[in-house]
Amino acid sequence: MSIADKSTAKPRKLGLKERYAHLTRGLGWETTYQPMSKVFPFTDYEGIKIHDWDKWQDPFRLTMDSYWKFQAEKERKLYAVIDSFAQNNGHLNITDARYVNAIKLFLTGVSPLEYSAHRGYAHVGRHFVGAGPRIACQMQAIDELRHAQTQIHTISHYNKFFDGLHDARHMHDHVWYLSVPKSFFEDACSAGPFEFLTAISFSFEYVLTSLLFVPFMSGAAYNGDMATVTFGFSAQSDEARHMTLGLEIIKFMLEQDEGNVPIVQRWIDKWFWRGYRLLTIVAMMMDYMLPKRVMSWAEAWEIYFEQGGGALFEDLSRYGIRMPKYHEVASKEKGRLSHEVWATFYNYTQATAFHTWIPEKDELDWLSAKYPETFDQLYRPRFEYWKEQSDQGKRFYNNVLPQLCVTCQIPMIFTEPDDPKTICFRSTLYKGERYHFCSDGCKDIFLYEPEKYIQSWLPVHQIYQGNCGGATVPEVLNWYHMSLGNDNMDYQGSPDETLWNEWTADRHKSAI
Amino acid sequence: MSPLVSITFQTTDEARPIIDAIAEDNPEATVNVYPSMTKIDCPGRLVIKRSSIEHRIGRAFDLQELQLNLITLAGNVDEDDDQFVLEWHTAARSA
Repeated sequence: MSIADKSTAKPRKLGLKERYAHLTRGLGWETTYQPMSKVFPFTDYEGIKIHDWDKWQDPFRLTMDSYWKFQAEKERKLYAVIDSFAQNNGHLNITDARYVNAIKLFLTGVSPLEYSAHRGYAHVGRHFVGAGPRIACQMQAIDELRHAQTQIHTISHYNKFFDGLHDARHMHDHVWYLSVPKSFFEDACSAGPFEFLTAISFSFEYVLTSLLFVPFMSGAAYNGDMATVTFGFSAQSDEARHMTLGLEIIKFMLEQDEGNVPIVQRWIDKWFWRGYRLLTIVAMMMDYMLPKRVMSWAEAWEIYFEQGGGALFEDLSRYGIRMPKYHEVASKEKGRLSHEVWATFYNYTQATAFHTWIPEKDELDWLSAKYPETFDQLYRPRFEYWKEQSDQGKRFYNNVLPQLCVTCQIPMIFTEPDDPKTICFRSTLYKGERYHFCSDGCKDIFLYEPEKYIQSWLPVHQIYQGNCGGATVPEVLNWYHMSLGNDNMDYQGSPDETLWNEWTADRHKSAI
Repeated sequence: MSPLVSITFQTTDEARPIIDAIAEDNPEATVNVYPSMTKIDCPGRLVIKRSSIEHRIGRAFDLQELQLNLITLAGNVDEDDDQFVLEWHTAARSA
């Protein structure tokens, strides 16, 4: 080639596929100073066999330069909204202050999981042998840290005005109902790297999180919470990439070795059920905690699991993968889940960092319309009875600590799959001790790894053993960093309600 | 009917031409509007073409910009410089 040719030839811009190939191929190498098994000690013990790591690729083909560019753009958009929300007293525009209780549950129950996910992905990003999945996991680790930070920043505005938002990290690590999300993630993070990805990237992100982030965030928008919907959708824009990682890693394991199929199927069964139980609080947030509702839990389950998940598992059937075990139980429970859970929190309102209430009449009517098979027959009379009792000054509080399921750590409140009037109890004997479960799904999970689950830190047991500040409610609340009468109890009569009524009264006055 | 692939965008000024392009390029697609978001379902396979979006916005468009307004999706993804494809392989096999 002559000098003249060189100067006129335009440098060819690399295409997306080439750029991605340069990033992810040839960067890893076979180590010689130390054996590979010592450099990557966690890749074999789960029994997953990988023959060619280069067969894995990110279908978005995201390279580092694009990653930084697009993430920076997302942050700029998000912080413009957060600033605007704070500058314009955005909290005054929500439909009703009861709504903020969903945000309290989100900050204490979900945001710490984002941080756990950050740690989990940083760990597996180090321990996979292939450069493709390592880079995808490292990007996800940074995304998850971004989610935790942006959620804390956004919700800090509400903390200036509302109770229950002051110590989310401490509460996540101590409070009884928050042991449900905490133990879920600790179960995943203490598993091997392939199980972790099946648990979080596939079962949780791909199969289940659309139920959390999509209809609930749409609900936040509908209730005037501009800040939450913006962080929610900003996080979810990363989530679409995470979901794709989840599906790709599953296909990769299944394509690499036939022997991987039964291992992956067992993880899918386990983590579908663990994730579904975790989403119980989301069912309640959607049906009870949004003053203006977008869709019911049952409708969301039909769209995102029965329809979306059905198509997914049909696609995976070519590898010999079937629908997760007990998916039919989840569908049987869709008409009762949110009602059983809200009733439980109403019973234990003295020990929650958010307020509860009996739905207003028009809200009960909405529930009757959305749940024609179950609500009027099974749940409405109970809520109306409690309202009547409360109006007579006999508000019902449950002062007996509930038995917990050893696996999911949720109180044993769920009913038999085929009988919504009978509580579902399962138990087993292991090394002379009896362990209790809320469902066949949770019992199966225990039976496969009993040595893991007998170590569960069960809040009720811990309270009775004297490890949670004392034996009385005020002592335990103090240990939780909850302020009695401010953070807990009914919304009616709470400082949140008083403040909200003052603001809205001012609004009516100035309108005249 | 083939199982549905699905993609959801924020309903924003940036996403509107993308949604329009998808609706035109995929005649079998259904566009569902929810508060603040738009969910597009399509049997079996859905394609997003860079050229269709560029035609609407009058500037060069990098398909990775989709991620800025993307909320969720269902289906296997395959992306290159010119198109973003979402499909279920079951549908491709039976077609």
